[in-house]
Amino acid sequence: MTPPRFDASPLDAAAREATDVVIRGARVLDPRADLDGVRDLVLRDGEVAEIGESLPAPEGAEVIDGDGLVAVPAFVDPHVHLRTPGREDEEDIASGTRAAAAGGFCAILAQPNTDPVVDNGSILSALRERARREARIPTGFLAAVTVGQNGDALTEMAELAELGAAGFTDDGRPVARAGILRQALQYQRLAGRVIALHEEDPSLSSDGVMHEGAVSALLGMAGIPSISESTMIARDAQIALYEDAAIHIQHLSARESVEAVEQAKAAGVAITCEASPHHLCLTDEAVRSLDTGFKMNPPLRAEDDRQALIEGLRAGAIDCVATDHAPHAREEKEQPFETAPMGVTGLETAFAALHTALVVPGILDLPVLIERMTAGGAPFGLHVPTLAPGSPANLTLLDLAAEWQVGEAGYESRSANCAFDGREMTGRVRMTIAAGAVAYRERSFAIGAVPA
Amino acid sequence: MRKNLISIDDLTREDIDRILERAASFAEVSGREIKKVPTLRGRTVINLFYEASTRTSSSFELAAKRLSADLVSIKSAGSAVDKGESLKDTVLTLSAYDPAAVVIRSPYAGAAGLVARWTAASVINAGDGKHEHPTQALLDVYTLWRRIGSLEGRKIWIVGDVLHSRVARSCVLAFDRMGAEVTVCGPPTLIPRHFDELGCRLAYSLDDIGSADVIYALRMQHERMTGAYVPSLREYAANYQIDGRRLGAGQLLMHPGPVNRGVELASEVIDSPQALITQQVESGVVVRMAVLYELLAGSGAPTPVAEERAPEPMGAA
Repeated sequence: MTPPRFDASPLDAAAREATDVVIRGARVLDPRADLDGVRDLVLRDGEVAEIGESLPAPEGAEVIDGDGLVAVPAFVDPHVHLRTPGREDEEDIASGTRAAAAGGFCAILAQPNTDPVVDNGSILSALRERARREARIPTGFLAAVTVGQNGDALTEMAELAELGAAGFTDDGRPVARAGILRQALQYQRLAGRVIALHEEDPSLSSDGVMHEGAVSALLGMAGIPSISESTMIARDAQIALYEDAAIHIQHLSARESVEAVEQAKAAGVAITCEASPHHLCLTDEAVRSLDTGFKMNPPLRAEDDRQALIEGLRAGAIDCVATDHAPHAREEKEQPFETAPMGVTGLETAFAALHTALVVPGILDLPVLIERMTAGGAPFGLHVPTLAPGSPANLTLLDLAAEWQVGEAGYESRSANCAFDGREMTGRVRMTIAAGAVAYRERSFAIGAVPA
Repeated sequence: MRKNLISIDDLTREDIDRILERAASFAEVSGREIKKVPTLRGRTVINLFYEASTRTSSSFELAAKRLSADLVSIKSAGSAVDKGESLKDTVLTLSAYDPAAVVIRSPYAGAAGLVARWTAASVINAGDGKHEHPTQALLDVYTLWRRIGSLEGRKIWIVGDVLHSRVARSCVLAFDRMGAEVTVCGPPTLIPRHFDELGCRLAYSLDDIGSADVIYALRMQHERMTGAYVPSLREYAANYQIDGRRLGAGQLLMHPGPVNRGVELASEVIDSPQALITQQVESGVVVRMAVLYELLAGSGAPTPVAEERAPEPMGAA
């Protein structure tokens, strides 16, 4: 079943004036619209107006020299933790959406595992109202599947959907009991909206803190086996098929999981999935350092798993990239590995990390990466950004040659627990336009520096 | 040698040989009536123990005292640690006393490595979670070396709860580095996947235990029974207990202590002449003296200071 489409967008942002912009001579790349070539691009009245040669600038438009830059549709991240309400010291809607814009994103979806959990209409409505004041880019909110994310009783999903929940998830935790998930998927007929799943069998992951493998054996730390994720995907795919329901699998980490999704897709399950930049770029070898900047759930897995994720991303078994941006306070991460909380930030480094690790060495083609980074809203029935004329102006300007060090100039996010902190990157976001307005501009990036 | 001893991996075979020789020279001193040497006079050693420990903490204390260091021993109960101070703040506070070495025992893997980031002192890992316990492995190597000489080609079986044992990890690395052939044996539920990648062979039964020169039994912790790792201690003992039938006349027996009599070891083997268990405890002091010496005095002699009365240990239980 395809969930019913909602007329009203579940995305909110502070009102920002659309800017008319002309980008001259950038490589305009949008694989979905079959665009790839050096062109001029005109954004007018919040839309992509024209793409062509030597286009005249509308009156009052900002003119940007795109020489050497690549203009792509802006990215969409379906998996962000904004920590609001509850831990505004770690992130709030303003800082999180600023970080997202700096990473080239024009829309994000926030997870409901806040304090309190987004499990009723009043919390959701308050968040949406706050986003309309503070969000720099359109932001949607997922609501919990079960009350308090306790896995026991369904939330008022129909009302939450009515009030604009972008989807449902108990992310951070699995829906452990098959019967509860079945009920939620039955209820999807009424509520619509996809159910996103954090897949983990708690009886297998137990008190694990990292991938179960050679490194965990050496370090003497309890492991989280790959099968704790893949067996749940297989289970939930069968339930979804049986109930003719749609599910989205969050943050795939293991080869077995990619295979489980492939099998489900082949069997006709309405299933989509995402993978994170850290799982695509790093392995459990990084944990040897016992640096808590590499602790997250699901954990970094082995090189073979990483290769399976890359292949899945290339071939399309994995539909989109999602950062699972998870800010944590510094003192929380300055602890022994076993006691530190799980999660790393990733909005500001997503494109750079994947470009550096996969595109530069020739492992993944740039157009494929752009497709996967823009596709994050599709599983939730959201608009997929494109540069096709007439589309809403959601555009990111990339400098593929820029070299920089992560964290050298600090972060837009309130937290600094980035898995790529200190790493050298090739490629960065120079500018982001979301819903027609300039949402991010790199500080050193000259404005309108086109010789007359 | 490096500045810290966090893992056996920090040591080359030559480093270990040097520690063995140094420990042997301290063993001579220990035979004298006055067992103290002035090597670390005027320098401070801090013992920071976040976990109960008898033999490790007492032997580190004795080792530091016999080297004439000033000693501060802190146990987690009753200290600032108990009041919610973070490990980082505790280490920063103690570092203000300008210690030469911090000896740390923690229930968490990597704690010693973290401490090393926050202090200028040499850091010695006295056990971090289920990760490593390098000085235990060194004293085991020393005990064997005194008894049988080189470990090259010796067959050593480590038997028991490997999953939860930091001793097993450090011993596999140390025995392997010294040229021994190590086999790790225990219930499949208590041996982590991929453990052989540490440089050992895996076995799930004692059928071939006769081939071992040395049997090293691990402590079977009662609290592990709740995790359903083995169905019962009785079944564990039936399959893995080292008793008079299983311990051959030519085989040596080791155990890091404290022993659960009747579980991993039968009483008759503990009291047998092949058992090196008391020698292991004896070795603890001289090997820890040697480690302190190599880390603190090995490179660049300490500045001598006038003899003074040592202050009373702070926070000593």
